[in-house]
Amino acid sequence: MEIIQVVVIGLVSTIIILLLKDERPEIAIQLSIACGIIIFFIMLSKITAVIQALEQIANKVNIDTVYLNTVLKIIGIAYISSFGVEICKDAGQNSIGSKIEFAGKILIIIMAMPIIMAIIDMIIKIMP
Amino acid sequence: MTDIGIIFKIATVGIIVAILDKIFESMGREEQATLVTLAGLVVVLMMVIGMISNLFDSIKTMFQF
Repeated sequence: MEIIQVVVIGLVSTIIILLLKDERPEIAIQLSIACGIIIFFIMLSKITAVIQALEQIANKVNIDTVYLNTVLKIIGIAYISSFGVEICKDAGQNSIGSKIEFAGKILIIIMAMPIIMAIIDMIIKIMP
Repeated sequence: MTDIGIIFKIATVGIIVAILDKIFESMGREEQATLVTLAGLVVVLMMVIGMISNLFDSIKTMFQF
């Protein structure tokens, strides 16, 4: 079961981080980054399976692939920016974390703009 | 990715640097202590940057960036 592997890695690296926290805080932060990356790689195959299932559903309902790609990109941007924000907050740099969050939101809005335009056009057509 | 291996590698580098730092301080050579700290930091940074670039590459391919 992957969940056991993930929990074991998380606990072991948390304990090591506590060991290194007071003498070498910079190495402790990098250890937490490494642990996050390893957990992501463990779940990699599962995420690709979910994405393929989403694509099959989209093909069945014949949704335009452009919209699905945009949604996947937005999920990617959201994941990467939250990854960065949490690490900055762990390190105590809340202001840098909120700046990254701000940039992530702007990028997501830009990504979603064409979808919003399409919805508005549809509504205008439906309106009497 | 070698799961736990990389975590233990970073942990050993951190512990060794911490111990060496204390040894150099007790011997009175402050500058070597900071040099050892910097060396340890660079080693760990190389490892972590390699992992981060792998992460971003796999995210790019997965989310069709």
